[in-house]
Amino acid sequence: MEQLLANPYVQPLILTAVIILVFPLVAGYIVLAERKVLADLQVRLGPMRVGPYGVLQPLADALKLMLKEDIIPSRADKWIFWLAPVLSTFTALSAFAVLPLSDRFYVADVNIGILFILAMSSIGALGLILGGWSANSKYSLMGSLRAAAQMVSYEVPLGFATVTAIMCAGTLSMQGVIQSQFERGVWGAFDNFGLMLIPTALFIIAGTAETNRAPFDLPEAESELVAGFHTEYSGFRWALFFLAEYAAIVVISSLCVTLFFGGWLRPFPNVAFLELPLSTVFPVALFALIALGCLKGVPRQAIFGFKLVMLALTGAFLLLAAMFALPVTNEIVIGLFWFVLKLAVMVYLFIWYRGTFPRFRYDQLMDVGWKWLIPISMGGLILNGVVQLLARS
Amino acid sequence: MLIDTVLFYVLAVLILGSAIMTITRRNVVHSAVWLISTLLGVAGVFLLQGAEFLAGVQIIVYIGGIMVLFLFVIMLVPVQEEAAQRRFSNQKWLAFACAAGVFAMLAVIVVRGVGALSHPGMAEPAGLGSLTKNSESVGLVLFSEYLLPFELASVLLLVAIIGAIVMSKARTRETES
Repeated sequence: MEQLLANPYVQPLILTAVIILVFPLVAGYIVLAERKVLADLQVRLGPMRVGPYGVLQPLADALKLMLKEDIIPSRADKWIFWLAPVLSTFTALSAFAVLPLSDRFYVADVNIGILFILAMSSIGALGLILGGWSANSKYSLMGSLRAAAQMVSYEVPLGFATVTAIMCAGTLSMQGVIQSQFERGVWGAFDNFGLMLIPTALFIIAGTAETNRAPFDLPEAESELVAGFHTEYSGFRWALFFLAEYAAIVVISSLCVTLFFGGWLRPFPNVAFLELPLSTVFPVALFALIALGCLKGVPRQAIFGFKLVMLALTGAFLLLAAMFALPVTNEIVIGLFWFVLKLAVMVYLFIWYRGTFPRFRYDQLMDVGWKWLIPISMGGLILNGVVQLLARS
Repeated sequence: MLIDTVLFYVLAVLILGSAIMTITRRNVVHSAVWLISTLLGVAGVFLLQGAEFLAGVQIIVYIGGIMVLFLFVIMLVPVQEEAAQRRFSNQKWLAFACAAGVFAMLAVIVVRGVGALSHPGMAEPAGLGSLTKNSESVGLVLFSEYLLPFELASVLLLVAIIGAIVMSKARTRETES
């Protein structure tokens, strides 16, 4: 057994299997979080029927999508209609291979990690384009054209922001970027006397556009294009596109967290006296409070089964709290905790944008991309380069 | 390394097969998809040679940039009309002659230069987990030894961009007047 675990291929393979099996569930819960947060922003309740407070809604949705009829339009290009969602999902999930989930949980630490993520996201864009074209519908085609133009335009500022961060870190490896932030004692976003905040902001804006999220969701603008590139898709194929979209959000957020917000490092990683409060007290208190909230929710549920679900959730969060209280297990999961927490903040930010910003008009989108983001990102790159050279010499 | 050899032949079949499919499909979008597969195969060969940086750039530039723009244009062409047209032009024999010439030239180069292919710099492919300084060495060579060609290429691209803008501007002015 130990010999098997020592093999360099075993741990990455196990982790890959876990990511592929667990991610659909995670995506389902991101959707639930999105629906809940949007409902909250619009003073509604959101899904409440399936399970207490709707916590089992993703499972019901997944079942519904699997059982739905899979419709292929009669004049569609069947071969490409089949290929497009596969391409999108495959590339989006491939990008997970280089994400540094923590100091010990990662599939591979390759020295072109960041390039690999950008490459995978650019192949994933082809899925949207081909999917919209193959359906032989004008709405889909318009969605595809918009997706193509938008991806090409916003890849440039995204690339420049990434290059600025890479220049600061001096490596293309994801773990290496985090290591360099640890050595410099400051998160990427606040490096170079705060000048790195420019690429950070640009990365978040361009990342939102790259993942086709509101306010840049023109490829699927429902008020004008029905559903854009996936208008003609249904059932499981549609679910694959959905999965790819949320995988892309998680990947872009992870890239942002890694490049600019210290990855799996805790805040102030070099300040020793914060080790106990931030690494132990904070997660334990967080999960204990959530467990308490779940416990208080038990008597409010009218149905006996829902009470049981709430009790089970209480137990699960208490178990998590206990895991962070024990030094042995804490050491294993603390990196994962900070990474996932930062990721959750980024995903919340994406949902918040969707709830608050109105959608851009198409010419405004191109204006913002080419006339504002690209010049600013180039300027940010030059400025940061010069400042860094002066600071080091 | 056996696995490297096997992977090389798999990639070679992928590249050549996709390339043949690219030029024989009647549907232009299908051709584009097969061309993407060819380019991916080339990226795979780069990866096999330990040139990860080139593999990444190959995918980002060719598939993420050029092929997306290709598809953007191709999608607007009605497929039925395209498919009805003749696939091969009259210059078939000329094309065969050119291909044979290029093949002969490459064959001569490979046969004569086979000794130069294994130089000490191309040592054993490194095992899992070891990190070579691939991107750094590309950058160093590009900005020292090949600085002038590099800068000239960027100026050329800039000229092309400005030229495209000037031409499209002139056309809009014509339609306005």
